[in-house]
Amino acid sequence: MTDESWTVALVRQSDVAFARQVAMKAMTAIGASAIKKTKFVTAVSEIARNAVIYGHGGAITFRVVGIGLHRSVVGECTDRGPGIADMQLALKDGYTTGSGLGLGLSGARRLVDRFDIISSAESGTTVTLESAAR
Amino acid sequence: MPSESASLSSILSSDFEKILASWLKAQAREGVKRTDLVSAKETEKQSRDFLIAFGRATRDAPTDDKFDFANPSWDPVREALEEITESRTQRGVSPTEMGWFIASIKLPLFEQMRVAFAENNARLLENVWNTTRVVDQLALHAVESLVQKREAIIERQRAEMTEVSAPVVKIWDRIVTVPLIGTLDSFRAQTVMENLLDAIVQWEAEIAIIDITGVSTVDTLVAQHLLKTAAAVKLMGAECVICGISPKIAQTIVNLGVDLPNVTTRIDLQSGLAYAFERLGVTTKG
Repeated sequence: MTDESWTVALVRQSDVAFARQVAMKAMTAIGASAIKKTKFVTAVSEIARNAVIYGHGGAITFRVVGIGLHRSVVGECTDRGPGIADMQLALKDGYTTGSGLGLGLSGARRLVDRFDIISSAESGTTVTLESAAR
Repeated sequence: MPSESASLSSILSSDFEKILASWLKAQAREGVKRTDLVSAKETEKQSRDFLIAFGRATRDAPTDDKFDFANPSWDPVREALEEITESRTQRGVSPTEMGWFIASIKLPLFEQMRVAFAENNARLLENVWNTTRVVDQLALHAVESLVQKREAIIERQRAEMTEVSAPVVKIWDRIVTVPLIGTLDSFRAQTVMENLLDAIVQWEAEIAIIDITGVSTVDTLVAQHLLKTAAAVKLMGAECVICGISPKIAQTIVNLGVDLPNVTTRIDLQSGLAYAFERLGVTTKG
């Protein structure tokens, strides 16, 4: 386990682009394949944008975990929003409270190897994304 | 005239030239007199203009604990500061240097006060404290204004980038194309759509090819923008072809669960163009 980590503050829409760049950097650092990189970066894009649009902003932190061939990147995104009232509904394809396609959360879940989401009205929403190198 | 502020303003009017000379010296000592960026003559003129405005404001407005920078009497000082930061932002002076430039006026003022209130320590301390509050406020304002001006420059550059990054090209009779590069946020997507629809009208195009080879990430937002653009193109009576979807982006789109119905897609610009030729019945030799 390395203690290297990168944190990106998420306030504006343009911060989402920066989060994508950092996610790409982290995946490159573990020598991930092109397809894994693209999938992880896309998932980060969805989750980070959700934090900006619905979560009143927050931050995303990337860490490299594991050793050797089993290394992976973990992205943890926290926001200051009102939380998600109905998690099952929110994770359903096509459901949105905004004007998007309603595929961000469910799509991001399919793009990564591990997807955890914790949400409460008091502490906002925390999404954890993990993707292995291969 | 508030009696408490009389001392600062009277020192500024009676010993003006002395304070100016001493301030210029202090600037040089603090390393903020950037002769490489700003000429000595210009610095002297700016310092003089600022000091004149400063002297007037301290005469017309209170500088004790009733000091309020929002008081209209301080407007000329703010203007003088704006002018100084304006000229310095363009030359790359740092916020620290800008802050010190103003803050270094304290020393000459304190020197004069030490002489004026040599017999009265309480008065001296009071004046030093009031002057510190006022000058710090001015220095902060200068730094703030410098940062704001830089942000304005960044914003302008961003706008310029958006403008140049969506050129719609007529590549054949009745065929227009727009190559997309970088990130496609809502603002840029809007620009692309407007440009594309205008071009369709202008060139009476029947096929619009959107080349997304240069787009690094296609997430649900980008997909949604592409779908909207395709729908708008269709409403204009033209057909939209999206090309440049790489294998990894294709897999990602499928995983996301995004469906692209009624949108023609081709692997690259060449096949997109070939499709357009076929639709329009264009034949090429060779």
